[in-house]
Amino acid sequence: MTTTTTQIEIDRDKGDFQYPEQHKYDAGTGLSEKTIDYICDVKGEDDWIRSFRKRALKVFESKPMPTHWATKDLENIDFDKIRYYLADGQRASRSWEDVPDDVKETFERLGIPENERKFLAGVEAQFDSEAAYSNIKDAVAKDGVIFVGSTEGLLKHPDIFRKWFGKVIPTGDNKFSALNSAVFSGGSFIYVPPGVKVSHPLQAYFRINAENFGQFERTLIIADEGSEVTYMEGCTAPKFDTATLHSAVVELVAMPGAKIEYITVQNWASNVYNLVTKRALAHENSVVKWIDCNIGSRLTMKYPGVVLKGRKARGEVLSIALANDDQHQDTGAKMIHAADETTSNVISKSISVGEGRSTYRGQVHMPKHLKGCKNNTECDALLINSNSRTDTYPAITVRGDDNSVQHEASVSKVSAEQIFYMQQRGLSEGEAMSLSVNGFVNDLTRQFPMEYSVELKRLIELEMEGSVG
Amino acid sequence: MKTESQSVTAFKETFNHHIEDLDTTPGWWRSMKREAFDRFLTTPMPKRKDESWRFASLSNLSFAEFAYGKPPSITNAQELVEKSRILEHQSGSFTFADNQTIDAEKASFELQKKGVIWTSLREAISRNGELLKDYFMKQEANLGSEKFSLLHTSFVENGALLYIPKGVEVEYPFVSYNWITGQNAAVFPHTLVIAEEFAKVSLVEAHFSTTEDVGALSCGVTHLFAGVGAKIDYTLLQNYNEETLGFQINSNIAGKDATVKTVSVNVGCRNYRSETHGQIKGAGAHVEMLSLAVADKDQEIDQRTLQTHSAPHATSDLLFKNALKDNAKTIFSGLIKVDDGAQQTDAYQTNRNLLLSKTAEANSLPGLEIEANDVKCSHGATTSQIEEEEIFYMLARGIPKEKAQELVVYGFFEEILERIEDEKLKEFARSVIQTKFSSK
Repeated sequence: MTTTTTQIEIDRDKGDFQYPEQHKYDAGTGLSEKTIDYICDVKGEDDWIRSFRKRALKVFESKPMPTHWATKDLENIDFDKIRYYLADGQRASRSWEDVPDDVKETFERLGIPENERKFLAGVEAQFDSEAAYSNIKDAVAKDGVIFVGSTEGLLKHPDIFRKWFGKVIPTGDNKFSALNSAVFSGGSFIYVPPGVKVSHPLQAYFRINAENFGQFERTLIIADEGSEVTYMEGCTAPKFDTATLHSAVVELVAMPGAKIEYITVQNWASNVYNLVTKRALAHENSVVKWIDCNIGSRLTMKYPGVVLKGRKARGEVLSIALANDDQHQDTGAKMIHAADETTSNVISKSISVGEGRSTYRGQVHMPKHLKGCKNNTECDALLINSNSRTDTYPAITVRGDDNSVQHEASVSKVSAEQIFYMQQRGLSEGEAMSLSVNGFVNDLTRQFPMEYSVELKRLIELEMEGSVG
Repeated sequence: MKTESQSVTAFKETFNHHIEDLDTTPGWWRSMKREAFDRFLTTPMPKRKDESWRFASLSNLSFAEFAYGKPPSITNAQELVEKSRILEHQSGSFTFADNQTIDAEKASFELQKKGVIWTSLREAISRNGELLKDYFMKQEANLGSEKFSLLHTSFVENGALLYIPKGVEVEYPFVSYNWITGQNAAVFPHTLVIAEEFAKVSLVEAHFSTTEDVGALSCGVTHLFAGVGAKIDYTLLQNYNEETLGFQINSNIAGKDATVKTVSVNVGCRNYRSETHGQIKGAGAHVEMLSLAVADKDQEIDQRTLQTHSAPHATSDLLFKNALKDNAKTIFSGLIKVDDGAQQTDAYQTNRNLLLSKTAEANSLPGLEIEANDVKCSHGATTSQIEEEEIFYMLARGIPKEKAQELVVYGFFEEILERIEDEKLKEFARSVIQTKFSSK
């Protein structure tokens, strides 16, 4: 039975390291118009982006913290102490040789072998706020797929990206989308031409490596008619003493008949505020699927949404959250039905360990004059220790003709009989618990790409270590 | 700004008149009301951004234009008393019209001898002061209607008080009928039930209007206290006319091993806000919260519920069913709160909405806040239409579509209706629901 243990042994400290900071560009701490001018100058951005950012700054300053419904922990963010931009002055490099050694070492320690990446369709790895490495496999580029950083996307392909930039998530959507709009840097801009089916997932790994430094990625993915694309985002971050802020905006546009799958495994260090706005616009017959796993961070607030704008569009959110001591995973989903016969499905599973708190917030909206819309929502919560906590706050509005919604939620604990049975067969209580928790999320993880489900399984095992006792 | 302060001054005057009319009541009663009114003035009105008022239409909540003063005398008292005879067997009843007692059936001598108190609030103020000081308005409104609860305390002058001493079991229900008769009348129905250890009692509360189209305000409060092992069965039947603005703020406390069941049948009002708080304070308690509502035309029925589990080994079960016609709107917002000490809790919350028109709107906010791990909690919410398959059988047998749909709705509500114990009351509730479909 000890073989089971060796399989799950992972050195947690591997993701827990830091390199000396050598940033050529650093906007200092605090946020003002000067910061924005600085960012624009460094990036060489067009004037329309500069005014877009400045307008966003005003919106950010005018909006109150959403603490009338969200956790008061948000008040602990000190916006004056955050660095809003820094980059090590590299333009996205094209070949592996150009990548600095210390960045390569980062990947090494993350356990991603160089060879493995060479097989991947495209790798966009982000080191701090500027893309440090970007490699699009020839085959993908030949098909006309554009896979660049946000800066490059807006500079070189404004005709494609400007049309949808900030349209799915307007600047004023919430305080943090406004903040992102003011100071965004990094992230991925992807365009998939009509009919192109990208066979390999596009991946981006990124890391935070500077104290008190917030990352503000901006991602925009446009899948043109009948195309298909899968995007993966995974992150680990070194641990720091003072809180860091991560506030991304991710916009997806699925044109008629297109398919987008967006996968996230979030494992920020436990001092990170992760306040993310993610939304997709689904046109006729398109399918958008968000797969969202939240393991790390101090506070995550993230509710991936799909605006089902075209007839027969489909939106899906599969979400797994794991909250350990001092963590609050406030996640959920939004399904805004805006056309006939649109369907949506939300499956959320959360696990609260120790004093961890997980929250599900959902919104399902079916306005009048719509026909034949369907939504199914299931959220299950598992509580491990007696001081663990879970909340569920769905909001469902239904009008119209032949629309139906069902929502179910349950809260349970690991069954004592199950644990007893496994212990009888020689597993330790911790191993039994970890097996049981993996069983709880298994029907979801099975739907993930293989490498992510393996990674997730390991992460859960790691988090479950020492939870019993 | 000026008009606002003018209206405040006018409302203060209205309140002062109300207090002056109460000059025969004890000082503690009047000072309690004054204090409530002061707090009422400083408590803000619900705002659009308040979570506890999410989805609600706030523009229709204005309460200033109603007549708070002494109502004109009730001319049709005898007729109302005749109409206030739903149950075949009852242990006692009160009939109120615009806050005035127009009829009272006292508890039997036998029950009185056992110590049962069944009295109007107006009498209780002078005779049962100690009891009221302990129990009157002692369950706080915390689901959003704090201001309306204070309005109630400020202006309440009548109601029903029921006290059942330790070990006494009462077979038939007590009934409180509350009628609105006057133009723009403001009524404040109040029901207070105290069941001591191992007592058993049931109470029915009915809210009616005498007219079809005269606007009015009803701001009611019902508090139930179930002591150790006590059993309380409470049914509320609300059928005000569809010009009425209604608030009903209900709360119950269940002690150790107590059983509390509340059933609400809501049919009337233009805007109706109901708040129901089940507080489980004793281990092994069992609380059931059931409700059905039929909303049509431009009605808005706003339901907020809270199940608070503060003690272990307790169960609570909530089922709210709504059927919506025309442009009606319903809101169900429920929360199960399990405190960290409340292990082995079983708590359920279900909301089912049946949309019978294309323009009706059902909102559902079923929530959970769980801080104990050894619990079984779940909630479910569904909103749907009547499926063709459901009525196919009836259509095939020549039943017209409208009638078939109606029958499905009746079937939909049976799950709640069958939990009403009294047969006559059950029949009456069915007929009230049916009028909603025949009134076209």
